[in-house]
Amino acid sequence: YIHIINKADMAASKGLKILVGCKRVIDYAVKVRVKPDRSGVVTEGVKHSMNPFDEIAVEEAVRMKEKKLAGEAVAISVGPPQSQETLRTALAMGIDRAIHVEIPLAQLEKLQPIHVSKLLAKVCESEKPDLVILGKQAIDDDCNQTGQMLAALLDWPQATFASKIEPSQDSKQLRVTREVDGGLETIDVSVPAVVTSDLRLNEPRYATLPNIMKAKKKPLAKMSPDQLGVDLQPRQEVISVEDPPVRKAGAKVESVEDLVGKLREKGLVK
Amino acid sequence: SRAASLLPQLLLRRRPASAGAFALLARPASSASGGLPPLTTEIHPGIKRGAFSQLTDADVSAFEAIVGGDHVIKDADEVLSYNIDWLRICRGQGQLVLRPKTTEEVSAIVRHCNKRRLAVVPQGGNTGLVGGSVPLFDEIVISTSRMNSLLSIDPVSGVLVAEAGCVLEQLDREAASQGLMMPLDLGAKGSCQIGGNLATNAGGLRLLRYGSLRGTTLGLEAVLPTGQVLDCLTTLRKDNTGYDIKQLLIGSEGTLGIITKAAILCPARPKSVQLAFLGLDSFQAVLDTYRLARRSLGEILSAFEFIDSESMRAVKQNLGLSCPLGEHSFYVLAETSGSNETHDREKLDGFIESVMSMDGCATDGTVAQDAGQFAHLWSLRERIVESLLVDGYEYKYDVSLPLADIYRLVEHMRTRLDGRVIRTAGYGHLGDGNLHLNFTTPKFDAKVLELIEPHVFDWVRDRRGSVSAEHGLGLKKSQYIRHSKADFAVRVMAEVKRLLDPNGIMNPYKVLPDE
Repeated sequence: YIHIINKADMAASKGLKILVGCKRVIDYAVKVRVKPDRSGVVTEGVKHSMNPFDEIAVEEAVRMKEKKLAGEAVAISVGPPQSQETLRTALAMGIDRAIHVEIPLAQLEKLQPIHVSKLLAKVCESEKPDLVILGKQAIDDDCNQTGQMLAALLDWPQATFASKIEPSQDSKQLRVTREVDGGLETIDVSVPAVVTSDLRLNEPRYATLPNIMKAKKKPLAKMSPDQLGVDLQPRQEVISVEDPPVRKAGAKVESVEDLVGKLREKGLVK
Repeated sequence: SRAASLLPQLLLRRRPASAGAFALLARPASSASGGLPPLTTEIHPGIKRGAFSQLTDADVSAFEAIVGGDHVIKDADEVLSYNIDWLRICRGQGQLVLRPKTTEEVSAIVRHCNKRRLAVVPQGGNTGLVGGSVPLFDEIVISTSRMNSLLSIDPVSGVLVAEAGCVLEQLDREAASQGLMMPLDLGAKGSCQIGGNLATNAGGLRLLRYGSLRGTTLGLEAVLPTGQVLDCLTTLRKDNTGYDIKQLLIGSEGTLGIITKAAILCPARPKSVQLAFLGLDSFQAVLDTYRLARRSLGEILSAFEFIDSESMRAVKQNLGLSCPLGEHSFYVLAETSGSNETHDREKLDGFIESVMSMDGCATDGTVAQDAGQFAHLWSLRERIVESLLVDGYEYKYDVSLPLADIYRLVEHMRTRLDGRVIRTAGYGHLGDGNLHLNFTTPKFDAKVLELIEPHVFDWVRDRRGSVSAEHGLGLKKSQYIRHSKADFAVRVMAEVKRLLDPNGIMNPYKVLPDE
């Protein structure tokens, strides 16, 4: 579906309604360890925090509110009970209210971007945001899929790897600068749209004490996948998780002949 | 992949400071002070070389036979770096550096030096701040850097046994792999060695919670000035059999022997560490916040540091670090460490609510939301020393005072030195009653030093404080020992020194005044 914003100047309007996705992941500074049974990584007792790209997404939503481009910013997290803490961080940064789609522990390990995007799509049906901002990828699975899948499910335009979001020249659309392999690409997208945040979009703020206290009183609604009517049947099975191979020491050679000799030894050269 | 290549940049954006601010910086280029520091003998012309022998070729050969030619350093350029302290305020004239690998080698070296009456300086990470780890004249440097083996960690009892040359940060990493942590933490952790930590009874950021090395060191092994090996390396938690001689060596700053091994009791590594960073506008507010912290955070409080606005200005201007709070007269770091994240967050929430509702207390502050923010906020405190060095020359003071007097001293000295220094910075371990007071000038200025000393020490003495809370006396403060210790106590110390070091070869000119 498409819903058209009837505004001449986006900045003068009531503002966009933004939905921001936050994922609770193992903190990026933690040294990740593989479980002895190779079924996954150790998460028990390990420090978790908000996915860094999602922090950037939250920051962008708050900034758009401060610039009066956005009117309301809602954070959503799909995850275990502890995801509530992640949502509190988002609220402490300036988000207005939060939605927690709680996933039971048994289904958590098998959760894939396809499921998350379906859950988010359902929430979009009722919340009707003008803009969804997600982190471009989560640092635990590095999938980089949820934003794109969500846009496809909703049949909305997508602007991924955003390093800048601003109103377009005629203020009827959003102008997004994207980080691509060749450099920067600037596109205009009509809203509603899905945008995913890249590293250089902004630098997230620290949550200030007054906001940390206020966050406790902001609404946090709970939902279940059943309520949303989404089937969490896994499409993939993880066979094993292993450490990357230990780097072997290299060897120095003294001459070209030595080099060729060594290459021959390894069967790399006939 | 592109994703993988961007992530390191993300990590760089919030650079953890713990990777040894000291290690990264190596030695400050001291472009402001123009190259090499002056010879210590020029700054202290009153100190005369002791009646020690001169180094001969025969001595060098003897050392080569003990440690091997590769580990006897004679080259002037290499030897120079061992002669200069981390603060670059001392430069000695040692000609020789020895790098033994085992206790037996250390023992043989010291035995030879004692027989020949050659003065020696034990040196670990050379991060000491009172000129205690470098030669003054031509003392031989005995470096423990090659004695860097971790000998054992017992995950049940928490006892870690290591050689003296192990770097503190590396020991902490090893302890972490067993769910433990080293009981001390200081800004120099990337470079300082455990032997030196013991020799100086190093304090640091978490003494408030884990106590001092005097409590957490279960045993040690050392080579005494006669060359004899003192084996007190027990891993027992309780052992009341006779005099506890290791306590003499702890804090002796290398003047009673060279520590070669240590057994440390490591606490369990906390599962949840939280950090609150507050902006306050009066020192009374700092004291009130501390009282609140002790009451509401109690058993989980693991650090309580304060920073004044001048110190914050230094890290911002000189190192380009950013502070997430606005301008305040004081900043406080309150850290908690515990075994249950939910509990600890609740307690921290309670503390914050009290702090915000208290009159005149913190209204500006933040709580670290992830490891990156945690490391950044700590760096604002841990890198103050480094930032002050950029100004040029730093005069460092480290005193213990009654809490109410701590900032009075800073204000008093700031007024006294107004116009003569670039800045007067006050910060420190408020929870321990320990103030770090520093002044900076572009170059060493004898007149400024005269204005500071002995006045600052007299001020501390008059309030029954300590003229050196944790840095030790080294060279720089040895003549002020009587400001904090009774004369008879000092004489007993001299007796002990004479007993263990009859020829006075072990790190002379340090700790005890020259008499």
